[in-house]
Amino acid sequence: MDKKISVKVCLGTTCFVMGSSNLQELIETVPAKYGDRVEVAGVPCLGLCSIDWEFSKAPYVKVDDEVIKEATVEKVLSAIDAKLK
Amino acid sequence: MAINTPKQTSHLKREILVRLIRAFLSDDFEEKTRLIPYDMRPKGHEVPYRCCIYKERAIIRDRTIAGLGCSIEDTNDSTLLSEVARKALKREKPDEKPLTVLTTACKGCVPARIYVTDLCQGCVARPCENTCKFGAIKVINGKSTIDTAKCKNCGMCAQVCPYQAIQKIIVPCESACPVGAIEKDENGNAQIDFDKCISCGKCAAACPFGAVHEKSQIIDVLQSIKSKKKVIAMVAPAIMGQLPCSPEQLRQAILNLGFAEVYEVAQGADITTKTEAEEFVERLENGEEFMTTSCCAGYNELVERHIPEMKPFRSDTKTPMYYTAQIVKQEHPDAVTVFFSPCVAKRREALKNPNVDYVINYEELGAWFVALGVQVAECSKSKFKTEASAEARNYAVIGGVAKAVQTLLPEEIPAHPVIIDGLNKQSIRDLKKYAKTGMCELGNLIEVMACQGGCLGGNATVNAYKPALKQLTNYVNESKPLIEQEKVTG
Repeated sequence: MDKKISVKVCLGTTCFVMGSSNLQELIETVPAKYGDRVEVAGVPCLGLCSIDWEFSKAPYVKVDDEVIKEATVEKVLSAIDAKLK
Repeated sequence: MAINTPKQTSHLKREILVRLIRAFLSDDFEEKTRLIPYDMRPKGHEVPYRCCIYKERAIIRDRTIAGLGCSIEDTNDSTLLSEVARKALKREKPDEKPLTVLTTACKGCVPARIYVTDLCQGCVARPCENTCKFGAIKVINGKSTIDTAKCKNCGMCAQVCPYQAIQKIIVPCESACPVGAIEKDENGNAQIDFDKCISCGKCAAACPFGAVHEKSQIIDVLQSIKSKKKVIAMVAPAIMGQLPCSPEQLRQAILNLGFAEVYEVAQGADITTKTEAEEFVERLENGEEFMTTSCCAGYNELVERHIPEMKPFRSDTKTPMYYTAQIVKQEHPDAVTVFFSPCVAKRREALKNPNVDYVINYEELGAWFVALGVQVAECSKSKFKTEASAEARNYAVIGGVAKAVQTLLPEEIPAHPVIIDGLNKQSIRDLKKYAKTGMCELGNLIEVMACQGGCLGGNATVNAYKPALKQLTNYVNESKPLIEQEKVTG
């Protein structure tokens, strides 16, 4: 069996304020949609926002090693779909 | 629309606030402020939303003016942002009108009307014709046609069409405003009538172009802290569901920003509960049919401006903000007080209250943390000096106020709560009816909240509704309930 896909939703303060508050639903909807093929968790600051002015690209989500900037529920789901193909 | 739908416009507004706060904390506030539109849309930058980079910069400039707490309506196009920033620093007191409309950002939506699409089959039943009370719709040449002179935009035809072929075209701000206070001017751009406006903030939340802004007081607060004044934070109950940390960590995070002390407004809510419970008992013993709550600033504005006949039925008890600010000014007469609010309506209430100097909302607080790179979850814990009750901390949840009052009522005078979960045209009609007839057949204690979901659904909240509710409820469950002994005697 293939390795599980890991989804990390950054819940650090910057990401949270810039929009990951609205990504928390992924923590419930992703397991419901993909079962045990995908592992999803809200995580503390990934450190991506502190580089220069990169706060403006928050919220960040990591799907395996891929960093999604200005993440939305839709962007994350399509990244998962692309990996599962 | 669901409560707190995620929006790109919120991202833009918050990014500008972050840049503005960093500009203030830098060595050259005025120049750094002037450069915000150019920093956000530098030469060659992609143009994500508008027709060209110049228009995007112009809109960012206007959003920055709102962030500086100034009116876009009163600022000349030729005024440099650095000049506006200088003016903001000299301001003694926040502006009276809490909202401002960006003409640059306003789409000038097509006026609200009923539109028959090509899906119309020109059917035989013609429910649209039969249902229209104004004779405004007729089938002509096999298709329903609207006589715009007769049409009142009621939308009945759209509701009954079996093909869903008739659409009601809406202007989001106009449609969201429960009191008809925002309308198009002669040029088709939105304009707020502040005599009618109840500052509920629904237009700001509804506009898909982000053309309505709150005028921020963040600069005033930063300035007070910088000039070493004793600045005290009063945090409304809704805040405890807003950021990814515990209430004790949030308290410490706010102290770290330079505030001298942090009070929970839930402390004042405990006084509101007790006073309102006593008042309820007295009113019912005097034979009154019902009483409404009085802690929502949007509702209070509604009563003042649109339903004066409700005044005798509205509780005379003051808001939690009022009692909290009174306590703070008694304990610290020299303090500058800042109310941390989930909504715009409290800005107007604060202006009328000499004990409240400034209001900042949760988006602004969040932006402040972002600007400084604070990780709230890593802050140490610090305890609130006065512990508020579980019921008071639950004020931010719809039904929470009525529930708190109910806890203190004697058995012989029970309350039957009626909850108005968000002001809209229908709930305002209901309230008018209760006020006019002096009767409410549904119950005797009416809790009115301007926002759907209560304060957690406020226009300036950061967290999504469900997780905010969960987080706040955990805090409420850890808190001490009001004790039985405090019951009011009948």
